[in-house]
Amino acid sequence: MSEITTEQVAHLANLARIALTTEEIEKLTGELGVIIDSIATVSEVATPDVPATSHPIPMSNVFREDVVGATLTTEQAIAGAPEHDGSRFRVSAILGEEQ
Amino acid sequence: MAKPELMDFDKAIELFEPVLGFEVHVELSTKTKMFSDAPNPANDDGHGAEPNTLITPVDLGLPGSLPVVNGQAVRYSISLGLALGCSIAPSSRFARKNYFYPDLAKNYQISQYDEPIAFEGSVEVELEDGRLVQVPIERAHMEEDAGKLTHVGGATGRIQGAEYSLVDYNRAGVPLVEIVTKPIFGAEADAPQLAKAYVSTIRDIVRALGISDARMERGNLRCDANVSLRPRGQEKLGTRTETKNVNSLRSVERAVRYEIQRQAAILAAGGTIIQETRHWHEDTGRTSPGRPKSDADDYRYFPEPDLLPVEPSLDLIEELRAALPESPALMRRRLKTDWGFSDVDFQAIVNAGLLVEVSETVAAGAAPQAARKWWMGELSRTANERGVDASTLATPQQVAELVALVDAGTLTDRLARQVLEGVIAGEGSPEEIVEARGLAVVSDDGALIAAIDEALAAQPDVLAKIRDGKVQAAGAVIGAVMKAMRGSADAARVRELILERAQQ
Repeated sequence: MSEITTEQVAHLANLARIALTTEEIEKLTGELGVIIDSIATVSEVATPDVPATSHPIPMSNVFREDVVGATLTTEQAIAGAPEHDGSRFRVSAILGEEQ
Repeated sequence: MAKPELMDFDKAIELFEPVLGFEVHVELSTKTKMFSDAPNPANDDGHGAEPNTLITPVDLGLPGSLPVVNGQAVRYSISLGLALGCSIAPSSRFARKNYFYPDLAKNYQISQYDEPIAFEGSVEVELEDGRLVQVPIERAHMEEDAGKLTHVGGATGRIQGAEYSLVDYNRAGVPLVEIVTKPIFGAEADAPQLAKAYVSTIRDIVRALGISDARMERGNLRCDANVSLRPRGQEKLGTRTETKNVNSLRSVERAVRYEIQRQAAILAAGGTIIQETRHWHEDTGRTSPGRPKSDADDYRYFPEPDLLPVEPSLDLIEELRAALPESPALMRRRLKTDWGFSDVDFQAIVNAGLLVEVSETVAAGAAPQAARKWWMGELSRTANERGVDASTLATPQQVAELVALVDAGTLTDRLARQVLEGVIAGEGSPEEIVEARGLAVVSDDGALIAAIDEALAAQPDVLAKIRDGKVQAAGAVIGAVMKAMRGSADAARVRELILERAQQ
């Protein structure tokens, strides 16, 4: 049985900025548990000598030349912004610091 | 609060052992960004661009856009890793660092987590008295820079009390290498100067490699300084703080010193250090608390599914290793011999963090003594007055040009200082300033002779003395002529002409 707890779900919801009710947290804890259990069956065949897969296609070193291409205009860039000052996106002041 | 905010530095070191750690972010000066082909604002071409003009859908994280790795940024990162004495990972991957903050529109930063491109290195740093310290490097990893927020409203322009923020994504996606040290023990009372020397060395390395403009005032090189204290005899490390926003060599040194004194005062009074991010304020010389380390630091890293692993071939690594410039330590030894300076003069340049500036000025054609004179004299003086690094005031090319103008006799020392003022004020190149301000030496003997004759006529007693062979009396006339010419004359030539005219 999975070890997903309601505390973990509440924590994740907070990190993802999703407001959940107690009922929703209870429900999701159960559902996530089932999902985690299903995925856990993979570990039955994935022994430590099997390398982790982060990409389904075995490729590496796909690089781009360092050559400047087309850019958006400022108008295009802010076209979808709910609020802007003509050249910059306007967002609510968020208490917290840049990462 | 009755408790003193700071403990005397020497007392603090007596009671506690400081342990340091640094995270230095280096913006690479590639032509384009890390994952998009937008122009890079971290080089001279892109610097100062209008907001939101250097962006593509990738930099805005628009749906359907996909990142592609800049091969040049990878090569630069490998070169930097090698210069830091690191091993280069045969396979390294990018990872998503998830957080919600509008400085990146994707809600994650592409970084590297458990598989950095370079790891386990060491950098030799020279202290002011010439002692060498090995700073252990944990890792150097590739990532992208974030956009720039301007907080509007509120009294100080800071986030506290701001009504809203404006976001410019030009900087989002700029290639970064983050260099992380292991804990540094044993610096003791030298901790502040070691901090400065370390950042200065990193700056010298990336400039020698030619992979970053490394201008701290532009944020090309940024340092987060971790400081913790532990009581003498205690094994366990103390709680550390991470001071951000230290954007000059001078402030790195001051910020570390301040944190040692601040933490010592709290610990000695029986208090505890809160693990938190702190912000350095250049104006007040203090740090203030930022956000505490908390739930928000749970970044849920996972491998970036949009990007493939980076697996540099041994051939590439060896090719880049062979192309490495000499290390700062070797460069110091070579330059000292080449320039023929005394130990004291040479060390003063190193300690001022101006070795690269002086060496680039010499490379641009100036004599070593002249290069040293301007950087350590006028420029350092002005930098101290303004509380900035001298390297922010002028470029080596500008200083070399100034020296050339003096050598050519176009400028006297005094005029050169005025030209330098113009350079510092951003009025252009020395030649442009000479032109614009009309500062060139008057090499027209006619104008000088007229001024000399007038001065001699005004001081008949001096004239008589000179005619009697008392040539030192000419000094009084030289002064008068230089004044009349407003300094734009070559004193030696004036003296020659005075002696000539006096005999006529």
